[in-house]
Amino acid sequence: MYRELRLAARRIFDWLNPLVFFLLVVCLFPLAVSPEPALLGKIAPGIVWVAALLATLLGMDGLFRSDFEDGSLEQIIVGSQPIALLISAKVLSYWLLTGLPLTLLAPLLALMLSLPVGSYEVLCLSLLIGTPSLCLIGAIGAALVVGLRRGGVLLVLLVLPLYIPILIFGSGAVTASLQGMEATGQLAILGAFLALALPLAPIATAAALRISING
Amino acid sequence: MVKVVANAKALKKQKMPQWFYQLGSPRWFYELSGKWLPWLGGSAALLLTIGLVWALLFAPADYQQGNSFRIIYLHVPSAFLAQSVYLLMAIAGAIGLIWKMKVAEVVAKCAAPIGASYAFLALVTGAIWGKPTWGAWWVWDARLTSMLILLFLYLGVIALNSAIGDRQMAAKASAILAIVGVINLPIIKYSVDWWNTLHQPASFTLTEKPAMPAEMWVPLLLMVLGFYALFTWTLLTRCRTEILERERRAGWVCDLLSNSQIK
Amino acid sequence: MYFSSFSDFIHMGGHGLYVWSSYGIAMLVVLWNVVIPLLKRGTVLASLRQRLIRERSHESQA
Repeated sequence: MYRELRLAARRIFDWLNPLVFFLLVVCLFPLAVSPEPALLGKIAPGIVWVAALLATLLGMDGLFRSDFEDGSLEQIIVGSQPIALLISAKVLSYWLLTGLPLTLLAPLLALMLSLPVGSYEVLCLSLLIGTPSLCLIGAIGAALVVGLRRGGVLLVLLVLPLYIPILIFGSGAVTASLQGMEATGQLAILGAFLALALPLAPIATAAALRISING
Repeated sequence: MVKVVANAKALKKQKMPQWFYQLGSPRWFYELSGKWLPWLGGSAALLLTIGLVWALLFAPADYQQGNSFRIIYLHVPSAFLAQSVYLLMAIAGAIGLIWKMKVAEVVAKCAAPIGASYAFLALVTGAIWGKPTWGAWWVWDARLTSMLILLFLYLGVIALNSAIGDRQMAAKASAILAIVGVINLPIIKYSVDWWNTLHQPASFTLTEKPAMPAEMWVPLLLMVLGFYALFTWTLLTRCRTEILERERRAGWVCDLLSNSQIK
Repeated sequence: MYFSSFSDFIHMGGHGLYVWSSYGIAMLVVLWNVVIPLLKRGTVLASLRQRLIRERSHESQA
């Protein structure tokens, strides 16, 4: 895990890219829709959430690629260590380098989109709970396409439909807080998704990796 | 994963009934399905013809929706099929993964495009039905939205299947995707329902008909049964072709091919 | 019989376009589900047969 982080930190642009992408996508909306604060504030939860979702997917197909190419993935699979645990560590480090910075960057973007200040807390909280699930589900897709040449587009096709519940409740939480309602319900459901994905997704990812490598 | 493998091994040791192993034999499946095919095709044709004539000519129009109600006779069967075929695909995929059963792999692979075609039909008929009923071609109704996502899930499985060159690897990978999708399906349905009630409180849906008179639901039942029979016929025909391709080196396939009467 | 005349049947109380386009598309989907498997079966059988003939003639030469 520590090794993962150190390796990733060395490839600084790899983890800077999703952040820049996140910023860019969000900036496109005022240009495309309208710079009017009232309208932007209303659609800001959706914009930030969709952008965050796409940004987490951006680097996802590289999650297992380098390990696959240098053969270390194969060693992990034949090795005695439980794969699901190693995968969890890998996904966690991926999240620390994408999901967490995205969450931290979100208030700045919310400010630019004139989201009312009262909703910042819920926005960050929803991203904090929601993005780990995105990473965990994305890892299943990444494991399925790891051996394929043009896996990136395929990965998006496979994973995006599975992201829909998280998107609905994530942006739903922020919208609810915008309307002055409690968002605890939606946040609790996001938490439940995470609690489901945390044990199950690494199992599916491990199975997918075995297939991608052993055939 | 370790647990899953252990489970799979435990299951393997358990004695399954003999028909289960026989079903795993491509030859047995091929021969048995060959006997079923004419019956399935015949009953599908019969049910669909009666259902169609009844639905179009004899069923009364709905007092609110008028004659556009007749679209329900296509929409409901295809929506049923689209959902149950996905389930079938995931179950067949799981059987293929656990018991390494070739026939199950074939079934899972062949079911995907058929299911996608019915999901497409359900979507299109839903949209066309929406125009006279809601006044718009597309409304973000919960059922339509879930069906759209289901279609995307199908397309994902088909895309993954065709992207992987190795046949066995493709079957296993898409089985995993199908299983993950099946676990997600109820969650997606629940989320979309929740989201929909948030955005559109009042919308009446296709199946929300409290008491349908018999002359309306009997043809619907016939159409549903007919669609299922047709689906089974299509699935078996596709599977038989796939089995021949896979088993082309087997002796029984060579014998079959030498017999010029088989068309 | 629900309809009194053939033109009534085509007209469908003003909803003819919707009803008939749905049934038309359904017909296409059903046909696709019938014709494609049969065509595929035909081409696969033909190619497998040719392959078999080629292999047999090869064997007899050798």
